[in-house]
Amino acid sequence: MLKSGDDAEAGEAPVSAPDISEDRKPDIEALVIAAVLLVLALVIFWDTAALQLAATYGLGPKAMPYVIAAGLGVLGVANGVLAWRGGFPPRETIDIKAIVLILGGFAALIATIGLGGGFIPATAILFAATATAFGRRAIHIDLAIGLVLGVAVFLLFDKLLTLALPAGPIERLLF
Amino acid sequence: MEAIDSLLHGLTIAMQPLNLVYALIGVLLGTAVGVLPGIGPALTVALLLPVTFKLDPAGSLIMFAGIYYGGMYGGSTTSILINTPGESASMVTALEGNKMAKAGRGGPALATAAIGSFVAGTLATLGIVFLAPTLVSVAVNFGPEDYFALMCVAFITVSATFGDSPVRGLTALFIGLVLGLVGIDKLTGQPRLSFGVPDLLDGVEVTTLAVGLFAVGEALYVASRRHLGEEQLEPVRGSLWMTAKDWKRSFWPWIRGTLFGFPIGALPAGGAEIPTFLSYSTERRLSRNPEEFGHGAIEGVAGPEAANNASAAGTLVPLLTLGLPTSATAAMMLAGFQQYGLNPGPLLFAERPDLVWGLIASLFIANGMLLILNLPLVGLWVRLLAIPQPWLYAGILVFATMGTIAAKPSVVELSMLVAFGVMGFVMRRFDFPIAPVVVGLILGPVAEAQLRRALQISLGDPLVLVQSPMSATLLGIALLALILPFALRGMNRFKASED
Repeated sequence: MLKSGDDAEAGEAPVSAPDISEDRKPDIEALVIAAVLLVLALVIFWDTAALQLAATYGLGPKAMPYVIAAGLGVLGVANGVLAWRGGFPPRETIDIKAIVLILGGFAALIATIGLGGGFIPATAILFAATATAFGRRAIHIDLAIGLVLGVAVFLLFDKLLTLALPAGPIERLLF
Repeated sequence: MEAIDSLLHGLTIAMQPLNLVYALIGVLLGTAVGVLPGIGPALTVALLLPVTFKLDPAGSLIMFAGIYYGGMYGGSTTSILINTPGESASMVTALEGNKMAKAGRGGPALATAAIGSFVAGTLATLGIVFLAPTLVSVAVNFGPEDYFALMCVAFITVSATFGDSPVRGLTALFIGLVLGLVGIDKLTGQPRLSFGVPDLLDGVEVTTLAVGLFAVGEALYVASRRHLGEEQLEPVRGSLWMTAKDWKRSFWPWIRGTLFGFPIGALPAGGAEIPTFLSYSTERRLSRNPEEFGHGAIEGVAGPEAANNASAAGTLVPLLTLGLPTSATAAMMLAGFQQYGLNPGPLLFAERPDLVWGLIASLFIANGMLLILNLPLVGLWVRLLAIPQPWLYAGILVFATMGTIAAKPSVVELSMLVAFGVMGFVMRRFDFPIAPVVVGLILGPVAEAQLRRALQISLGDPLVLVQSPMSATLLGIALLALILPFALRGMNRFKASED
């Protein structure tokens, strides 16, 4: 929420203005969302139709997916109409670099765990990547903090509460 | 006076030392996450689900309820001191509360929020004590078709009736329903929407969805908007205590706020936002000095904070008596019950009265603890706000990953976490509400099971849905709640073009 000295606005209940304003342009990004919803509806139809079933009493497992897919299709169209008429609220610019950093951190985490690197180093990478995304410029310190946090979490949850967290060389060496 | 007896019995359970410890952990965690921006009670309960899997059900549920109540208290601190409401229910508190803090009256603002939360929480919990048994005695006679109809009402009210845009609310709900379809159909053993991936056969984990949407989605959203400027922490200056005049001006807003909050929370009527806005506009209208509103009127903090807490307590009524969650946190609590194989509803009151009444009684204890934690100790909580944002969010993501891996250790699950995170980011950016997705995932499969059971009993005759008067009425209400926002919108547009 941006800071504003706008006192007149403060008392208004946030009941939105009518969704559709006539003078706004088609919203391409929102149209993509509508398209994704329609594709999802089609995927559900296709997946459900492919089910091989013996006869059942009453409602089988196919009925609900069809209903939900139909509803999703209708909503996809409705979202498309809204997007076409500019019915989505205005959006601010985004910092793509921050998003790429966080998602990159997650990708590295998944790769580390998938390749057997263990929970602690994976955690350290995610921690440092996220901190950098939020504007920190001290990657070595953040990696160190991430390692310490990873060790602490591993000790608390894997050893004390006996949850199974993925172990790699560091975990096996230390504990 | 059966309710009183049950409550007293519940108190003996809630007062057991171990349960007191669980309640204390719950309120401490709840206040902390309420104070910290970026994490709310729903996310906290989601993260704790895998951790508490092996603990005692009564204890963990008491802890979850403590987190729910604590989150409501802590949220007000953040809204008052930095004007960044942790959750939409605290939005109204920020309006007047932050102005009070800027004017050096942060202390009384925090105090009226805490005491108001206590008054409302206590009165509303008393409301649960008396309302729950009545509802249970009605719900005992519900057939599967009635439950299905009731869930339809909840689906519509949670997603469509009170949001900014019914289309976006319903879209969010249907995404949740789609996710609920994934996995093996419990009645026939058929895999649905699993695409041959073995990890998907068990369905989508509630924890993964909630943590992805709330933690990862929020982190992405905040990081992407950081360049737009940060909020300033307003130091608490001056006396922490309320003057006699403050007490006088706060008392009736507390009571009225409770009266708005509890019924709206207890009816499945969509969350805590509505009563807070109702309370705010009422106080503004009734105030002797309406010109103070917008510049730090204490009534505008007292009323909405009470409404906020009362409605949080109110949502526990449909949750406990009908198994119907009407907020994201209530949905996560339902998931908490389900992980122990417990199904909230009339049967639970009959089979596990110790657990249900112990939980209700512990709410009184949690409220008392929270008053102490939040009044004299508020300075300690404020220090939490000094944690640098990069470390805070980095830490949140580490715990998010931990919760997900602990629930289901697989790379597929982590990829789903990230995918849900991106979905949460897109939904925030395009103004889709998040809670309906979680409610859809948890309640969708239950609603389907009830519908299919109803149709099995009726040998496939769909008329069973309208032959039960209860079910017919509820379906009528659901239909009305679905059409009404669109109709009103149409009228608004009509009016607007008239001007």
